Amino acid sequence: MTFQITRDEAEDFIFAEADMLDDWELEDWLALFVDDAVYNVPSTDLDKSAQAANNLFYIADDRGRLEERVTRLKKKTAHAEFPRSKTRHLISNVRVRETDADSATVTTAFATFRSKDGITDTYIGSTRYKLVRPNGTLKIAEKWCFLDMDGLRPQGRISILL
Amino acid sequence: MTGTNGSYVQVNENLKTFKVSRQAFVDPAVTEAEYAEIFDKCWLYLGHESELEKPHDFLTRKVAKRNILFTRDADGEFQAFLNTCPHRGASVCRERNGNAKSFQCMYHGWVFGNDGGLKHLPGEESYPEGFRENGSGNLTPVAHLDSCAGFWFVCFDPNAPSLDDYLGDAKPYIELVSLHSKHGMEIVGGTQEYAIRSNWKLLTENSVDGYHAESTHATYMDYLLNVNGGLIKQPLEGREFDLGNGHAVLEYKAPWGRPIAQWVPMWGEEVQAELEIVKAELVERLGEDRAERIAHYNRNLLIFPNLVINDIMAITVRTYYPDAPDYMNVNAWALAPRQEVDWAREYRLFNFLEFLGPGGFATPDDVEAMEKCQIGYQNLKEAGWNDISKGMGRAEPSYDDEAQMRAFWTEWQSRIDRAAAVGLAA
Repeated sequence: MTFQITRDEAEDFIFAEADMLDDWELEDWLALFVDDAVYNVPSTDLDKSAQAANNLFYIADDRGRLEERVTRLKKKTAHAEFPRSKTRHLISNVRVRETDADSATVTTAFATFRSKDGITDTYIGSTRYKLVRPNGTLKIAEKWCFLDMDGLRPQGRISILL
Repeated sequence: MTGTNGSYVQVNENLKTFKVSRQAFVDPAVTEAEYAEIFDKCWLYLGHESELEKPHDFLTRKVAKRNILFTRDADGEFQAFLNTCPHRGASVCRERNGNAKSFQCMYHGWVFGNDGGLKHLPGEESYPEGFRENGSGNLTPVAHLDSCAGFWFVCFDPNAPSLDDYLGDAKPYIELVSLHSKHGMEIVGGTQEYAIRSNWKLLTENSVDGYHAESTHATYMDYLLNVNGGLIKQPLEGREFDLGNGHAVLEYKAPWGRPIAQWVPMWGEEVQAELEIVKAELVERLGEDRAERIAHYNRNLLIFPNLVINDIMAITVRTYYPDAPDYMNVNAWALAPRQEVDWAREYRLFNFLEFLGPGGFATPDDVEAMEKCQIGYQNLKEAGWNDISKGMGRAEPSYDDEAQMRAFWTEWQSRIDRAAAVGLAA
């Protein structure tokens, strides 16, 4: 028996995730992740196979660091996001790539816009999810965002969640 | 806006004030003068020796608006050329890095060795005899290329002082950061390339600013407090030093963990025992004093004008150039001991991305601060001066005073005065 998921279900799940981020429902977003989840954004000059243990990433969060990221973003002293920016996550090209006994690999393409102080920055890339279904509820075990950019120019920061 | 004598820097020794005109951050004529009198004349960081491990390795990199091809030739000698074909100008190498004995210009097919020599000239019969060999068709080398403790620098001024003289009293600090391991140091894979919509000098100030940590980085400190055992009971305390020629350093103790070799409880008892062995090796190899500094002291080092080597909870090597008065491009790398054990490398990289990275818990807020300064300078007609006076008159400036910035600005002003003398800036 392999993991069962349709593109429709994967899309609904990932579109809902995007809305949570754009609506700043960060606790709900965090609840989408399993307890040993990872959220990674490698530096733009690394291969997709690179690992955070021996390569410098922009973001390499385990569950603990991910919770701290959300805690931080809700504070006034997270200066880069206070007052908070407006964002819109556009998700496309959703594909269920492979499944094994208890997980599915789903990939998407994204364009995320962040507007603040009269400037709109765009983050472009692909996301690779590892989705699981503990106790019957779809959850994220891994989220890897690969930026299709030559560095963070002009964006300067990834202060939002991609 | 400049002061009464036309200077961007106004020092009043009686009142102990040091003011910098905000015009210096917004005026395109100043940026032009900076390229002419600073970036075209100072020694600038090119790369680390570990990025070219073996003969024929190469990388391309932008330095002060030039495109540089940095190579190791067949003998393993380091070489640096302007990455432009002597024929009609196209980039002869269009890759970021790799290993190649020669480079063929894609336009008309001229082929250059990694020693810069013209090796093959299509249609050679149409050129005068000896054209290929006479040197006029070779790649143009940089005026000067030299290294200090594994850090390679270029200088575009034929009349420049030696790198040794230029670095002066900063040299021992560069050497110290190269001594963390008996195996040497290396740049780790993964470059952080980003931009900041502010003047480049704001990053020079920010990189050696011990004063902003508590307010700008409140959430980072909260994070380390929240993580069980992320900090030890070590107050931030230390000194800052003017190293001459615009170079400066802060050297201080701090509560965070250093993978070489300040332990914090979250790393566990096994790591504590291993760090004691690391420290013992440092003592044996370098003596008590240098070992103690490497293990327990942090250093934010500025090499004038735009090389930052911050040896803090990880080591960043960072350099940055203005595209415009209000826009800079930043390149940052992680430096680490070669043959570092896996757990230390991992903690080091996590420390780096948490604090030093543009996706972390601190750098986005630095970027925000610098960009908000730049926006603030829009008001310079009425509010025209920055204050850099903190700690003036103190015999021993603290790590969170501003003597290091005064060292930078004093050197900066003396060079811009030279530009003014040739009519480049007010």
